[in-house]
Amino acid sequence: MSLKNKSLKYYYSTIIVAAFGLLSVILSMTIGLEKSTIYLLEKIVIAVILAVSLNLVVGFLGELSLGHAGFMCVGAYLGGKFAVIISSSLGNSALTLILSMLVGGTVAALCGILIGLPALRLKGDYLAIVTLGFGEIVKSIFQNTSRESFGGALGLETPRYNKDELFIYAFAVLIITLLVVQNLMNSKHGRAITSIRDNEIAARATGINVTKYKLMAFIISSFFAGVAGVLYSFSNYNIQSSKFGYNYSIEILVMVVLGGIGSINGSIIAATLITFINTEFATILTGNLAVLQNLLYAIILIVIVIYGNSPALSAFREKYDIKKLFDKFKKRDPSIIKEDKANWNNIPTKIPMDELLSVDVSNNDQNLDSDETDKGGK
Amino acid sequence: MQQFCEQLLNGLNLGSVYALIALGYTMVYGIAKMLNFAHGDIIMVGGYTIYVFMNMTGHPLIAVAVAVVFCVLLGITIEKVAYKPLRGASPLAVLITAIGVSYLLQSLAQIVFGSAPKMVKIADMGVLKIGSLKIQNYTLLTLACSIVVMIALTLFVKFTKIGRAMLATSEDKAATQLMGINVNNVITVTFAIGSALAALAGLFYLLKAPSISNTFGSMPGIKAFTAAVIGGIGSIPGAMLGGILLGIVECISYKIPAIAAYTDAIEFLILIVILLVKPTGILGKRRSEKV
Repeated sequence: MSLKNKSLKYYYSTIIVAAFGLLSVILSMTIGLEKSTIYLLEKIVIAVILAVSLNLVVGFLGELSLGHAGFMCVGAYLGGKFAVIISSSLGNSALTLILSMLVGGTVAALCGILIGLPALRLKGDYLAIVTLGFGEIVKSIFQNTSRESFGGALGLETPRYNKDELFIYAFAVLIITLLVVQNLMNSKHGRAITSIRDNEIAARATGINVTKYKLMAFIISSFFAGVAGVLYSFSNYNIQSSKFGYNYSIEILVMVVLGGIGSINGSIIAATLITFINTEFATILTGNLAVLQNLLYAIILIVIVIYGNSPALSAFREKYDIKKLFDKFKKRDPSIIKEDKANWNNIPTKIPMDELLSVDVSNNDQNLDSDETDKGGK
Repeated sequence: MQQFCEQLLNGLNLGSVYALIALGYTMVYGIAKMLNFAHGDIIMVGGYTIYVFMNMTGHPLIAVAVAVVFCVLLGITIEKVAYKPLRGASPLAVLITAIGVSYLLQSLAQIVFGSAPKMVKIADMGVLKIGSLKIQNYTLLTLACSIVVMIALTLFVKFTKIGRAMLATSEDKAATQLMGINVNNVITVTFAIGSALAALAGLFYLLKAPSISNTFGSMPGIKAFTAAVIGGIGSIPGAMLGGILLGIVECISYKIPAIAAYTDAIEFLILIVILLVKPTGILGKRRSEKV
């Protein structure tokens, strides 16, 4: 496989998304699409942007963020407010949309720095905790703003934007997101990020600035969450902070996990499917039946994670690996196509090795001392 | 001054409930090295069990006893079904499963009990008056019970065989196994104790605010978890200190009109500041990295 083909392979998903976007643009211009279809398209595009950007943190960096909706909320409110201010002089032009997306994204990225700096310096699940707290803080702050500033509990009204144009811009933003994330992951920086996920200590030993790269992934992820928030505010005309709660963050996480942690194509497919099902089922399932859907998501989440990660099931997974079966079908030699496909959760002897080879300088000194005193005592 | 005293007592009351929940978080983290996000929802299950058995028998003690037993069984089941297969897998996978379990419990509760909040009347306790100071009797009960439970837990961990096994497991799992201790049993016991404490916390929460819905446990769960991190996750006295600190901050901030609406934000802000200044929490021990 030549290098050129290989590099083209990374952009298949982007090309397919772009083709799909172009198709829907042409359709809307020639035969015209229904308002509900356009709204659904916007929702799907926003969900895909959110899922892909969250996958950057969860899949490639290997940290858990539970406040993705919080970043989206910051972007939606500040971008939306900015649009309200400048639309009086610029009107509802494309410039208004682009500028407010930039503002929303930048503010969300700044929040990412604020949250990431304390949390990402630490080892462990601190980012999950802090982002969870951040989501709640953002929600309660915007809920308690005055009617004039951000609308408070009633929500912020954003300028009405021409629906036919908005979804074209949404597709453009999605393609930019995909290009940025794909290119990042295929660059030196992206490899640095995945190396931190696979073994932080080894990455540090090879001279990678761990905090810098962690922060980089996190900031890019929150930037796109903010941009998606602005798109959301333009698509819905009215934003309410109660929408951006913990449950919404979990919904995005479910998309990432269902699609496959660390797989961008998977995120695109899962986000599309889940948004489609959610929207279509919302009209059929009402009341208590709607809860069944949540129950199903929870069960799928648990089953998929246990199936994909349980050490006891690894032999079973090897045997029934879809990719291998596929290769057998195509009569390809599986040993040739051995790509770095983010097998981070199956690094074989990672944990036993950690424990077996633990050489802890500071503790060992103490242990030696105490051993000696013990012997002396006897 | 009088109002301050009353709020301080309220804070102690709320704080000891947080501390009970935080103990569950911190013990599970110390021993199984995982964040049990479903812990808050065990409080909710405990609350609903109390609600059901209060309606059936009308006897608070029976209801509480059944709730504790049910939560212990539930905690053990969750551990066996959802977390045990993932022992040795990446921490992120375990964390996501825990979130899945939490989501599952919430939606199950919504299917069984509906989304409208239910009122639970457990017992009318009355008010104790000391001079002009009014103290709700449930505050005293909560405080007394929490103190007894915390002392009992500390003694249990220090002086019983299984308690010491728990300490050993949190120190070094591999070495503990080599000493012939069944680590799986230790983890099961930890989940059982944590769930029993969660059921008690559910009871005390219901005494304070007698209304329950399927998201009953999520906010106290998140707050208690914050408390556990502030106190130093993995440390039992840390969980108690963090819980009481957070409870007092919440009650006092709630009574200051200028910041009352931002109470939740203030609590999480404290968490972020603590993580910035002392990442291991107030009483947490610094663990050196192993290669």
